[in-house]
Amino acid sequence: MSDIRQRKWIVLIGVLFAAAVVLTWAGCRGPEEPAPPAPPAEEPYKIGAIFAITGDASSLGIPEKNTAEMLTKSINEAGGINGHPLEVIIEDTEGDNTKCRTAAQKLLEQDKVLAVIGPSRTGTTMAIVDLFETKKVPLISCAAGVMIVEPVREWVFKTPQSDRMAVDRIIEYLKPQNITRVATISDTTGFGKGGLRELQDLLPKGGMKIVSSLEYDRDATDMTAQVTKIKGTNAQAVICWGTPPGPAIVVKNMRQLGVKIPFVGSHGIANQRFIEVAGSAANGVVFPAGRLIVWDQMPEDDPQRTVLKEYAQNYMEAYGKQADTFGGHAWDALQLVSRALEKAGADRAKMRDEIENTKDFVGTGGIFNFSPRDHNGLTKEAFVMVEIKDGKWTLLK
Amino acid sequence: MSLTWGQLLQFLLSGLMYGSLYAVIALGFNLIHNATRVVNFAQGEFVTLGALCSLSLVMIGLPLPVALVGAVAIVTVTGWATERMAIRPVRGASVITLIIITIGASVFLRGMVTWIWGSDERPPLRPFWPGPSLALGPAMVQRQYIWILGIVLATMFLLWLLGEKTLLGKAMRACAFNQRAAQIVGIDVGRMVLLSWALSAGLGALAGVIIAPVVTPKWDMGVMLGLKGFAAAILGGMGIPAGAVLGGITLGLAESLGVGLLPDWGSGYKDAIAFSIMLAVLFVKPTGLLGARSEAR
Repeated sequence: MSDIRQRKWIVLIGVLFAAAVVLTWAGCRGPEEPAPPAPPAEEPYKIGAIFAITGDASSLGIPEKNTAEMLTKSINEAGGINGHPLEVIIEDTEGDNTKCRTAAQKLLEQDKVLAVIGPSRTGTTMAIVDLFETKKVPLISCAAGVMIVEPVREWVFKTPQSDRMAVDRIIEYLKPQNITRVATISDTTGFGKGGLRELQDLLPKGGMKIVSSLEYDRDATDMTAQVTKIKGTNAQAVICWGTPPGPAIVVKNMRQLGVKIPFVGSHGIANQRFIEVAGSAANGVVFPAGRLIVWDQMPEDDPQRTVLKEYAQNYMEAYGKQADTFGGHAWDALQLVSRALEKAGADRAKMRDEIENTKDFVGTGGIFNFSPRDHNGLTKEAFVMVEIKDGKWTLLK
Repeated sequence: MSLTWGQLLQFLLSGLMYGSLYAVIALGFNLIHNATRVVNFAQGEFVTLGALCSLSLVMIGLPLPVALVGAVAIVTVTGWATERMAIRPVRGASVITLIIITIGASVFLRGMVTWIWGSDERPPLRPFWPGPSLALGPAMVQRQYIWILGIVLATMFLLWLLGEKTLLGKAMRACAFNQRAAQIVGIDVGRMVLLSWALSAGLGALAGVIIAPVVTPKWDMGVMLGLKGFAAAILGGMGIPAGAVLGGITLGLAESLGVGLLPDWGSGYKDAIAFSIMLAVLFVKPTGLLGARSEAR
């Protein structure tokens, strides 16, 4: 091959490589914030949103991002907040702590946002809480881990129900069935570890014994080794703490290895991805969840029904997909911020006070009553128990 | 920690299944290494591509066997193209340069995969032989495991036939022994290198399609599998086919039994267990399990 031809190849490869890098980079970036339809009469209120839009927590981040965009659009179409358009700057964490911190720093220092909603995961949230404490900017996390709000941090709130409330609900569910010996299996993320801690704390208090506590890496694709260990115990039920696909693989492997005891999931599996991956093994799985995924099965007089119905229908209309719990967390977070902006204006400290004093806010995750000692504002009543029957969520009781 | 026989058998079975998968990927590493001395870090991407291609081909309505063969064929062509576009133009460059190029190729391929398929994990492929698991004494065997083991064994046999019984295989082996000498006796070394890339990509893809029904295929599924395959190749002794098989099975059994024998808290460290064992073996025997033969080669 001549020198020139060889060089041509190298140039071609270089160009292709550059194209690939640019393409992946473009694919990873969140879409640009929607431009306001007309030149704004007032300065826009700028807030940030950090979600795991790509990567293995994308089943959380995508509905959150969609919801934030949908709600921003509807707020702006209704004239914004006190005449100010709302501008939401969306960043992607890829589910990664380091990238999350970089995104948070960018939002705080470069964009000078008034508040931030997200991130999607407990681990990524814990990686940035200190930034918000020192910069004195309100953060409303969309992650479940109780460590986000315990101990209470002045500037940090969260909208998802806590692991502890989920564990309480699970104990309420298992106890009448005379189940006293359980095996737990959890992933090694912040969510899994947080859940495991609550299980180890609350199950013995509820009169149950943990006969085996197994873990798996969140990237694991095969759990037969862990399931084989469960098979060797006298557990009467398995409680699995993680987000898909992990728990779906666990239940699939359990059924494949002939382990027939009940599988109880966490609220982390309340999305379609779990059912898709687990297939027929998903049937019979029971888990605590917010009311959103079964809103149409709730009684007419349920105080949340109207909010849930409106959100679920709007989401379906905008994206042609079922709304899920995670999008709901973003809805609650953005609503809290916009309510605070409405009352306090562009003043971070006053916004924080407004959020902390929010009472009886009917959200998708429950009815929120915040206080200086409770930055989550929910009780275990925010959860209902749901069973998967024929691949569909069914409200229990 | 006490293990029942049933549990032990279960650990052995799942270790054997994953081990055989690592072995196939390790064989892919070997092929290219033998022809060029290069460690191809894009090997894992061929696995990903195989799994995702088979999913897409099934989705457009092709019958399962056609889709599987089609996926392996597509990836084989990708391997061929990778050699043509990334390796051949810099022929004569040092081995380390070529290795860095393969890292670039892997990033490029991953980029293409996320571009085409996105970054979400997909539901598993339809199983080759649907139905509940089979009982083997006290243990349960997923039906797909039987296919995986069978296909892997058949592939190893075919590779052995190719290497030992055909002129082409002999020519490839000649290149592995001594490229210059092979050239002198009239073997087209360039063609052998190209062939090794195509074959190696095909092997990676094969691993991808047979595992697609038991995992959730996604853009980075091949990274860990590729790394395990690499570890298996190193463990057995780079460049030795029997070593790849031995290394793969050892690694698979080690990680499965590791979880089984350690107390429960150890179950989260499955990958760490496998790599620790690889490192331990290399400390004692840096050339790998069958490495002595490698020096005699």
